[in-house]
Amino acid sequence: MKKIHIVLLVFIAAAIAVLISFLQSASTYDTVDTAMAKPGKFVHLMARLDKNQPVEYDAIKNPNYLSFTAVDTLGKSVKVVYNQPKPENFEMAEKLVLQGKYVNGLFQCKTIQTKCPSKYKDDIKNAEKNINTTLSNPTEKSSDNYN
Amino acid sequence: MDYIGEHRLPGQFGHFFIVLSLVASLVASFSYFKATQSKNDIDGGYWKRLARFAFITECISVFSIFAILFYIISSHLFEYKYAWQHSSRSLEVKYLLSCFWEGQEGSFLLWSIWHCVLGLILIKTSKQWEAPVMTVVSFAQFCLATMLAGLYIFGYKIGSNPFILLRESDVFSVAPGMHIDFDVNNPVRSDYLTMIKDGNDLNPLLQNYWMVIHPPVLFMGFASTIVPFAFAMAGLWTRKFGEWVRPALPWALFSAAVLGVGIMMGAKWAYESLTFGGYWAWDPVENASLVPWLVLISGIHTLLIYKHSGHSLRASFLFFILTFFFVLYSTFLTRSGILGETSVHAFTDLGMNAQLFVYMALFAFAAFVLYGTRYRDIPAIHKEESSSSREFWMFIGSLVIFLSAFVIIGKTSLPVFNKLFGTKIAPPENPEFSYNQIQIHVAIILGVLTAIVQYLRYKSTPAKFFWKGIAIPTAIAAVAAALVLQFGDINYRKETFGFLVFIWVGVAASIYAIIANAGYIWVGLKGKLKLSGGSIAHVGFGMVLLGILLSSSKKEILSFNRGGITMQGMDAKEAGENITLIKGMPVQMGKYDVTYVSDSMHPKKQQWYYSIHFKSRTDDEEFTLKPDAFVNYKGNEGLMANPDARHYWNHDVFTYISALANPDKTKDTSTYHTKVLKPGDSLFYSQGYMILDDVTARTDVPKEIFGPDGSLHEAPMRIFSKTGSIFSLTPKLALAKGNMVAIPDTVTSEGLVIQLQKVNPDKSVELGVKESDVPLEYVALKAYKFPFINLLWFGVVLTAIGIIISMVRRISLNRLSTNR
Repeated sequence: MKKIHIVLLVFIAAAIAVLISFLQSASTYDTVDTAMAKPGKFVHLMARLDKNQPVEYDAIKNPNYLSFTAVDTLGKSVKVVYNQPKPENFEMAEKLVLQGKYVNGLFQCKTIQTKCPSKYKDDIKNAEKNINTTLSNPTEKSSDNYN
Repeated sequence: MDYIGEHRLPGQFGHFFIVLSLVASLVASFSYFKATQSKNDIDGGYWKRLARFAFITECISVFSIFAILFYIISSHLFEYKYAWQHSSRSLEVKYLLSCFWEGQEGSFLLWSIWHCVLGLILIKTSKQWEAPVMTVVSFAQFCLATMLAGLYIFGYKIGSNPFILLRESDVFSVAPGMHIDFDVNNPVRSDYLTMIKDGNDLNPLLQNYWMVIHPPVLFMGFASTIVPFAFAMAGLWTRKFGEWVRPALPWALFSAAVLGVGIMMGAKWAYESLTFGGYWAWDPVENASLVPWLVLISGIHTLLIYKHSGHSLRASFLFFILTFFFVLYSTFLTRSGILGETSVHAFTDLGMNAQLFVYMALFAFAAFVLYGTRYRDIPAIHKEESSSSREFWMFIGSLVIFLSAFVIIGKTSLPVFNKLFGTKIAPPENPEFSYNQIQIHVAIILGVLTAIVQYLRYKSTPAKFFWKGIAIPTAIAAVAAALVLQFGDINYRKETFGFLVFIWVGVAASIYAIIANAGYIWVGLKGKLKLSGGSIAHVGFGMVLLGILLSSSKKEILSFNRGGITMQGMDAKEAGENITLIKGMPVQMGKYDVTYVSDSMHPKKQQWYYSIHFKSRTDDEEFTLKPDAFVNYKGNEGLMANPDARHYWNHDVFTYISALANPDKTKDTSTYHTKVLKPGDSLFYSQGYMILDDVTARTDVPKEIFGPDGSLHEAPMRIFSKTGSIFSLTPKLALAKGNMVAIPDTVTSEGLVIQLQKVNPDKSVELGVKESDVPLEYVALKAYKFPFINLLWFGVVLTAIGIIISMVRRISLNRLSTNR
């Protein structure tokens, strides 16, 4: 066997080992219940903002403290604390991916990803708001064009 | 039915050219295929002429499609979905081009345009290689043309047509107002265009000058990887296993320079307009473009090995096939929507997954079958390389680069892995570190190899010769590295101490690479710059490594906030990266006193500019940064921030806005208004309403403060701001040693102060409500210091220059040998 083949084998084995260890270090996607079941473990919590509960953020008091309640699809909720300002589109997101740990009754969040409803569908509704009010009878107007 | 105000003609031309490009590229592929296969020159010449005609027709079609789409966007023809979705009237002219690449169709078009340009150059220059090489290029063009086709075949949607009308798209199916009698089942109203006053606009993050130039360069890089691939295929196909190397090498170098610069322009864009506080985050979209580049670099090195020693030809074939395969795979990853949760900026799913997959599978299948069946015929030297030879260590280097790419793409493919095996594995806690801890080893190995390998000779190197060359650069590098490590204060303690040691070794290795290669230009090449492309590129690469290591490990957070509440279990350092600045009040950050001075608004857009003044305490350094933010922009909520940076030769001071005061706050009274409420009652204030949740009395208060019959009343309440924010607060009323003491609570961002004034026996309370006169103006921001970031940018430019010098040298060598 040539030297180069030995090097090749060693390197490839190392690369595969790295990938396998990556899979083992990986985290999981969880609901509130399953996240609570493994306190202190880093998880991806899939939830949305509970809009009936207070969202606390006051940059004058502390720009690094956001707290809110997240509720998952099973209806289970948990209080979340986050050490950054509100992410963009936070309150209108239909889904939040909260990366962090459940510790002492709180979900300590490191990263928040907001997943938003498709944007352009909203905008067509804005366009609709601009409907010209002088066109009191739109159907009649459009039938004019047949003539 | 006629629709008022529609411009149908551009779209009709557009459709025509799309069909024409589809047909022409298919004809070109077929004719070039026949030209390659034909046994005699007469047949071959006939097919070749036809193929050229078809390819030029294809080019005209693609350029026409581009011109028409540009016309539609720049004339704001919002009856076309593409213009409506990606542009708006308020958009500056300089960003009109960016609208192209915001959508998938436009970026495919861009790719296709570069194929056309490259194809025309190949027709002009590649002589006997034209037919087989252009077969591959034309077929790729056909695949790209199908991406724009927008045809339905057996119920499958093939491609996405950029000329589709807004009213024909799915957008209108959710807009009853656009239909007769407000019913989506009725036809669209003939006057619908009068209701569409403006487009949806370009994503504000793309409204940056780097986004005008980064995509064209990146796509030229992507597109150009097909050329060395096509030469490799042509070599296999025509069984000229060794000859393709000569014309392919300059193209591979070109591709490496352009793709590399394109990727780093993206990094520069991320640095200047995104807010993750850096230029690289190992995001799947970034990785997807880096991986083909890495494999391409491996391929270039094995090609050089082959040219000089005859070794590594099989590996070269493999690397160029894989380069192109990874370009296609990356395209699939970033455009199919499969990355979902793991990437912040992939394209959304356009329903073309199957098509993208077929495109990738087709090329992969053809290439690997050809490679597999011809593998045994590819000449290979069975004698072993000497371990003192240059080719041996170059090959090791290529292998390390390739495996580094393999590991990166493996990690990036986690969502694909989940999809294939039905698992639900999420990325690890610290995804960036999971890449860094592996790639630091790669950086060290490559730094050292880059430094020493040029001093080796092909075939074998006498030990004396090697040591004579390398001794002085090694000594200088050792001194330089020792000085940098001694006085550079590289003390990155976010991860383990072991990782810090690796950073130190990495810094030393990259300094070694810079000095040894710079030295080689004089020692080995006698200062002949024309010949020293490789060395210059390696110096640049060393600088890139050093710049990455220094800027990341010595990055300083200036806005580190010592006040505020620290979260349980959170590192205090990690907890406070944002700091709040009240207008006019200086706050100390590092050595600076930082003041939020003023703000101003863009004349047309909801874009605000903030003047943040930095004044040094230790010297007379003083400057103003103007980070800006899009506030509640076009259907978004919150702010999208654009950083600003002050550049010095050895560091950048970098800041962006992370939170703002409620901008539309109005003024009200400054005295307490007394209101009587019961638990459950609500009360309006100027910015929303509040609900009194409960009133509780506590008598378990410390006697030494409150006296023997002291008590504490608490009135927990919630404030519902009309902006959607909900706040909770609890004003308190203490009875302490016979005195009533009110402890008010505030919502500063709403300018609201609430005082509990009296608690009646029937549990109703008197609340004093005050809304402050002058709303407090403030911003919260993050500020960083990036040291030696310029080393990275300069290194990139130098690497590209080095590669281009090599390319020019290879082209002139090729000319010489053909003329002889």
